[in-house]
Amino acid sequence: MAVMTSTLSKTRKPKAGKMSWAARFGLAVIALYLFIVLFCSWIAPYGQTAIVGMSMDPWSAEHWLGTDELGRDLLSRLLYAIRNTAVLAFTANALAFIVGVSLGLSAAFKGGWIDNVLSRLVDSVLALPQLILALLMLSIFGNSTGVLIAVIASLDSMRVYRLARAAGMNIVVLPFVEASRLRGESMIWCILHEILPNVATPLLAELGIRFCYVFLFISGLSFLGLGLQPPAADLGSMVKETSGLISFGDFTPLIPAAAIALITVSVNLVIDWILHKNSGLE
Amino acid sequence: MSTQNVTMPNPADGKSNAAWRFVGRRLLSSAIALFLMLTFVFFAVDLLPGDAAEMILGRDATAQAVEALRHDLGLNLPLYQRYATWIVNLAHGDLGVSLANHRSVADLVLGRFGNTIFLAALAAALAVPLSLFLGILAALYRNTLFDRLSSITTLSVVSFPDFFVAYTLILFLSIRFSIFPSIADISSSTPFWDRLYASLLPALTLVLFVMAHMMRMTRAAIVDVLSRPYVEMARIKGMSPLYIILRHALPNAWAPIINVVIFNLAYLITGVVIVEVVFAYPGLGQLLVDSVTKRDITVVQACSLIFAVTYVGLNLLADILSILANPRLRQQ
Repeated sequence: MAVMTSTLSKTRKPKAGKMSWAARFGLAVIALYLFIVLFCSWIAPYGQTAIVGMSMDPWSAEHWLGTDELGRDLLSRLLYAIRNTAVLAFTANALAFIVGVSLGLSAAFKGGWIDNVLSRLVDSVLALPQLILALLMLSIFGNSTGVLIAVIASLDSMRVYRLARAAGMNIVVLPFVEASRLRGESMIWCILHEILPNVATPLLAELGIRFCYVFLFISGLSFLGLGLQPPAADLGSMVKETSGLISFGDFTPLIPAAAIALITVSVNLVIDWILHKNSGLE
Repeated sequence: MSTQNVTMPNPADGKSNAAWRFVGRRLLSSAIALFLMLTFVFFAVDLLPGDAAEMILGRDATAQAVEALRHDLGLNLPLYQRYATWIVNLAHGDLGVSLANHRSVADLVLGRFGNTIFLAALAAALAVPLSLFLGILAALYRNTLFDRLSSITTLSVVSFPDFFVAYTLILFLSIRFSIFPSIADISSSTPFWDRLYASLLPALTLVLFVMAHMMRMTRAAIVDVLSRPYVEMARIKGMSPLYIILRHALPNAWAPIINVVIFNLAYLITGVVIVEVVFAYPGLGQLLVDSVTKRDITVVQACSLIFAVTYVGLNLLADILSILANPRLRQQ
């Protein structure tokens, strides 16, 4: 997605070094979300599970976004939901990257049967629909937060593996890797000092794209009632809980959904800008 | 396509073999993927605490009853025998019995699968012509406001969660302006046109999602061909831009377009899950989610297998067709 727009904007000739308004907007939104994640227990007017009003109160000065059917303040829930979903997505994504990158680069470095077995396995799993696999795994292992993170991280690490291996393959054949191999350096040293620095840019871009993907995936699962379990607030489950209001023409349920859309679009905008800057198209 | 390959004497016969070898490899890897899924789905039951007999009879069953049912179900046979029996039963269409309501899973799943296919087919019938048309238009008027706008809209729609788009459509098209019903309650007795009308809004949501990818790919494939010398030639000859695109560019852009279209059909099949839940559409996806919540593992098994087979099959078809559509790929 990000790659597509970066080729698209090739014709636009932005001024060198100057940040596009889209990237500025993206960065501002990311900063805002970061602020919410760090300080939400201070800025939220009420707790995420505190029952503070009547059921389904409309918007008011006390409850800016009204209350849900249990009488919990929706604005506070929204802020906590952003934090919970973002932290969950970040943890799963970080885990996926650690596993995926280390296995992918090791496979690229070692080659041989290890690479063969791992790559065939990953290809086969990726040929299956991810959401269905996740649902199947959640129905087996239950849906506690730990299982949720493990399921998403393991599915996601497969894609990371594929990218890391492909990027690593181009590096391991270069003379300086050959030299360090002949010097008798260990595999881990070679990966950390020779290969990783040279594949960092595509991996960083992928980190952002996968974060969006995981964020959407978790929200989707929560929307289906299989993500973060109540009473903890989560953007996907908030949409589901308040969805009844839609039939009264009230757009409150769209707010948490829009919060998801806002962060994924913003991250994409920033990645586009980074990729564009690094591709040297100016 | 294959007859063409045989009747045309090919100077480089070894090359066309390579394409068939590729098809063979793809077939094999799909088979491996499905086998993995089968095995995983089978052992899913074994990983659960307790076994199927205890789950069917519930907590307060006597030990004898559990033992008898275990015998009936063949649960006391060794693992490999059970696996073989399970696969043989599956091949005969016997998907087992639901743990929640003791009905045959095949009966539960069959009508639902039909509904899902109906929804996906409706979405595809709307999305494919529309995105090809818009893609060609964007290629024709590339770098204009239309092109820019369509790319921004389609790209942002795919970064939205499915339910956001679905609820926005509901809010505007069925609540503010009562054009479509917000809940798609259809049954097997619903007449075709009512069913079509009720499924239109969920189908529209799906259309928005798959359209972006298909349209961008159509545009990219055509623009890619437009930089070739023979297009330059046609332009110098004085052909109109539309004629050049339809006559010269499109035929050479089919392979990536076919690939992305079928790939998105595969996405449709699994993308229906959330949309079905939003619109309370009685399809396979909703059944799957319900069964996961109830941990009705036999139904989950059946649903995920059906989804996996359709998904893998369509992806396989996408790869094979895109080879057959492109003579150059065919002879690589």
